Amino acid sequence: MTLLRHLAAAVAVGAVVWALSVQLNAFRDFQMAQVAVYVVAIAGLSLLIGLSGQISLGHGAFMAVGAYTTALLMLHLNWPIWAVFPASAAVTALAGAVVGLAAARLHGPYLAGATLMLAVALPSLASQFPGVLGGDQGLSVTVVPPAALGATFPPTRWLAWVCALAALIALVILANLGRSRVGRNWRAIRDDPVAAALSGLNVAALRVLAFIVSAACAGLAGSMLAVTTSLVSPGSFTLSLSIALLAGAVLGGLGTLTGALWGALVVVLVPTYVTDVATSHGLSGGVAANIPIAAYGVVLIVVMLVFPYGIQGGLRRLAGQFLPSSPTRLGPPARRAPTGERTEDLDSPYRRPPVSEHQEEGTS
Amino acid sequence: MNTSHRLRLPVIAAAVTASLVAAGCGSGSSSGPGGGSGAAASAPGITSTEILIGSHQPLTGPAAPGYSEIAPAANAYFQYVNAHGGVNGLKIKYKYLDDGYDPSKTVSVVHQLVLQDNVFSIFNGLGTPTHLAVVKYLNASKVPDVFIASGCNCWNNPAAYPYTFGWQLDYVREGKILGAYLKQHFAGKKIGYFYQNDEFGQDGVKGLDFEIPHSQVVSRQSYVPTNVNVGPQASALKASGAQVVVAFSIPAFTALLKLASLKVGWNPTFVVSNVGTDPTTLAGLLEAFAKKGGANVSGNQLTQGIITDGYLPTLGDTGNSWIALFKKVHDTYDAKAPLDGNVLYGEAVAYTFVQAMLKAGKNPTRAGLVKAISSGLPQGAAVAPYDYSATGHGGMMGGYIGVIKNGAVVQQGPVWTTDTTPTGAVTQFTGTQPAAPASGMP
Amino acid sequence: MNEFLQFTLGGVSFGMVYAAIALSLVLIWRGTRILNYAQGAMAVLTTYIALTVINHTGSYWEGFVVALAAGLVLGAVIERVVIRPVESRPPLNAVVVTIGLLVLIEGIAGIIYGGQYRSFPTAFSVTGLRAGSVSLGISRNDVFVAGAVLAVALALAAMFRFTSAGLRLRAAAFNAYAARLLGVRVGRVLTLGWALAGLIGALAGLLVSPDTFLYPSSMDSIFVLGFTAAVIGGLDSPVGAIVGGLLLGVALNYVGGYLGSNLVPLFGLVALVAVLMIRPSGLFSVSHGRQV
Repeated sequence: MTLLRHLAAAVAVGAVVWALSVQLNAFRDFQMAQVAVYVVAIAGLSLLIGLSGQISLGHGAFMAVGAYTTALLMLHLNWPIWAVFPASAAVTALAGAVVGLAAARLHGPYLAGATLMLAVALPSLASQFPGVLGGDQGLSVTVVPPAALGATFPPTRWLAWVCALAALIALVILANLGRSRVGRNWRAIRDDPVAAALSGLNVAALRVLAFIVSAACAGLAGSMLAVTTSLVSPGSFTLSLSIALLAGAVLGGLGTLTGALWGALVVVLVPTYVTDVATSHGLSGGVAANIPIAAYGVVLIVVMLVFPYGIQGGLRRLAGQFLPSSPTRLGPPARRAPTGERTEDLDSPYRRPPVSEHQEEGTS
Repeated sequence: MNTSHRLRLPVIAAAVTASLVAAGCGSGSSSGPGGGSGAAASAPGITSTEILIGSHQPLTGPAAPGYSEIAPAANAYFQYVNAHGGVNGLKIKYKYLDDGYDPSKTVSVVHQLVLQDNVFSIFNGLGTPTHLAVVKYLNASKVPDVFIASGCNCWNNPAAYPYTFGWQLDYVREGKILGAYLKQHFAGKKIGYFYQNDEFGQDGVKGLDFEIPHSQVVSRQSYVPTNVNVGPQASALKASGAQVVVAFSIPAFTALLKLASLKVGWNPTFVVSNVGTDPTTLAGLLEAFAKKGGANVSGNQLTQGIITDGYLPTLGDTGNSWIALFKKVHDTYDAKAPLDGNVLYGEAVAYTFVQAMLKAGKNPTRAGLVKAISSGLPQGAAVAPYDYSATGHGGMMGGYIGVIKNGAVVQQGPVWTTDTTPTGAVTQFTGTQPAAPASGMP
Repeated sequence: MNEFLQFTLGGVSFGMVYAAIALSLVLIWRGTRILNYAQGAMAVLTTYIALTVINHTGSYWEGFVVALAAGLVLGAVIERVVIRPVESRPPLNAVVVTIGLLVLIEGIAGIIYGGQYRSFPTAFSVTGLRAGSVSLGISRNDVFVAGAVLAVALALAAMFRFTSAGLRLRAAAFNAYAARLLGVRVGRVLTLGWALAGLIGALAGLLVSPDTFLYPSSMDSIFVLGFTAAVIGGLDSPVGAIVGGLLLGVALNYVGGYLGSNLVPLFGLVALVAVLMIRPSGLFSVSHGRQV
């Protein structure tokens, strides 16, 4: 039943995307492909953080793994797209397993620190092995629309179709996973690892599995990025990418797929829009180029202060006010615990664990 | 993941549609004036009043220091031209977008320029890894891709990239010219290399190795721009006994190497690629240290005696007609920026573009521009001729050796030209640089 | 052998800067259980302020003092205005807010001061010191850097141990509820903690900017390594921060010298993972009881 419902939703969205890709101009098609890339990456990260409660600042590194796998497979073995996408996801899943195994013992800021270093260090491998990995100049990837579509078919529309299809398939899988037993087990280890372990769940294995799935998504996204960008080089996988993914996940609303879509739209569209506004006001190049950066920072701060549950959470709250019969509840009203907001929503990643971290550790 | 089953499907579909349509309508029509499809004109980007060209530039990010001055300087020259009648009556509108030196962003902004703004040509795209991301796309879309701001040899490929043209002296040629000078004037001395670990440094080293005997090279140290600690490299170079160091480094790292050499107590002769020796920039980077490095010295003291090369007239050559012209344009249209090598570069390449557009004639077309350049362009501000022909899209063919004295580069000897092969000789250029036109227009 | 000596001493200078960043991160972590990803950016801003003062008055020390004061003020203001609302919320909000701060401050620095590399003066000479005929690979300024960080760390330790403000800071960090019940104004104490962290961060910026040149993102890589040092040493341990910073600085200098500059970040990752595998909460952490 769940699968059918998700497939129906996917088909509906797919139809909308197809209609848009034909209606909008070629550049918008390119942006749609970009949004698809980020939706997949952010959904994977959102799953990791929102469902399983682990943090990663290094998902840009996983995207790099997927992208380089794609480039190498297409360059040396001439694989077609439909084979390359799953293969890249699989290879990155392997990398995710390795990282997850190392990370299973870490929590909180220590995991954040390790993944941060991963994001910084992994792209430098390309310069270390310039022969195979192309060094700073990178490896080029060429994708052309199939001849059956005609010689005048805009290449960006083909990119939009391919990426949107891959993204929809990935999202359906993620949605199913989220509502399955594995998804419930993840929520359990997120909320209270001790209780979960006492109930017989293998906490470490579940954590590693979350990393594997999340990395596979990032790998697929990296593969899609390679195809849309047509060049894979370390300069595309800096720390800023990992930070943008994290920001998109939290801004959009953790643990929700729709939130991943909002996050992707913000990450792809807001910087270009702000730059356009700045340059159209005649500000000089250097200042105008820094305004989107400052604005991005302001957006992050303000949204977090005003909408702590992200855009999706904010929308749900609004919907809850306008549709009193909605089954969604964000928690019992007007009862504030001393530690701050506490919600009864069992699905929410925003529930604070019952035992305060402060009291756990005795320090000198 | 959501608990509200009933709401999800319609909400998702509505949300996706609404947001994408909003984004589409928001600036769906071209944002630039004079954009649109140029319906009545001869080519995309050409209207009855203006020519729209685009570029990707690192206005923010790791490459911004210094390089972010180039596009405003080029724009300054275009404004000068516009004020003096334009190109066959058409004004040049230069739209340059920030790519933060990130190839993914480069692809994004170039797609925007080509597909949404419908630029006539991409001009002076900056950076090797960044431009490599878009060169195939531009050629497949038949968009002229002229005068790339990078010294990579890879742009010189008329068979694969017929619409792409280099401009500046490429790094291999530069290495050969420096190498030949060293071979002649520093025979028998021990030489060490200090180079950026990417195609800029590696191409330079390739050129050096074509000329300098291998037995003379006692140490090869590379650096990456992300790691500012070059103390280990300086220690290693000192330990190897190098008496001369040849550096293919950006100005920040030239300065860092100089400081590190002070720290380890090593004082070699510095030979630095043109990329890393803009005297104004270098002195600015070193000025704070000069006060502590010895007695009361200025930043210029620490740059004294650095050997370098150049392919445009030097700013210190105030009698040169090109310097006078570019200074006039700078003071009128770009006065806020310091008058340094980046500004000179920007104006010079803009001048070359105007030369090409004038040659392409009234009602220029994209193919017409490509043909105009392939049939050769006059030298302009460059000290050596361009390698533009049906079989060569390379850019300048030579440069001179110079020494920094009192904060300016002073030319030593003649201009040298060469090619990019291992055995091609480095020969003296016997022609002369033409004077700048009195009107400032080509 | 001479090279080895130069590498070791050279690593100490950068290592002390990493230690300073690590110390400021530890200070904030202990007080508010938040990781301040904007620490490096705050240091950039205060260093720009110092540069403006130095260029105006010609005196290095005036700029130095102003920067430290600015660090105090900046830390306090940020805690009060931006961080206070998210202290009681899930930790991820604080992560995104501090990252937002990082981006915002770097953007503002870019708008006001531009992206050009600026040269930042040193307090003392940068010519290498010699022991006899052997060049040591450090300068008088490097000695000052190490000394300054040590002095500040010791002053901080003394403050924690011997003053009532320090006692209040420790109490609030250990158990905020009990401290509140005992009359400690926890909010004010947390602001003080952030202010002190801002001061240490400002010091780090002043000490390292001569070597990195000053531009909006100049402290990014320093911050990453300082963060790594803090994690290696254990986020709860100031001693761990100093030791972690020193070890990391020296080790990375060896890697850069003997193996090549490109391998430094990879080695940083390997070192971090190695330490965390053995002690998941850092070298100087108190071990936790087994949970299940």
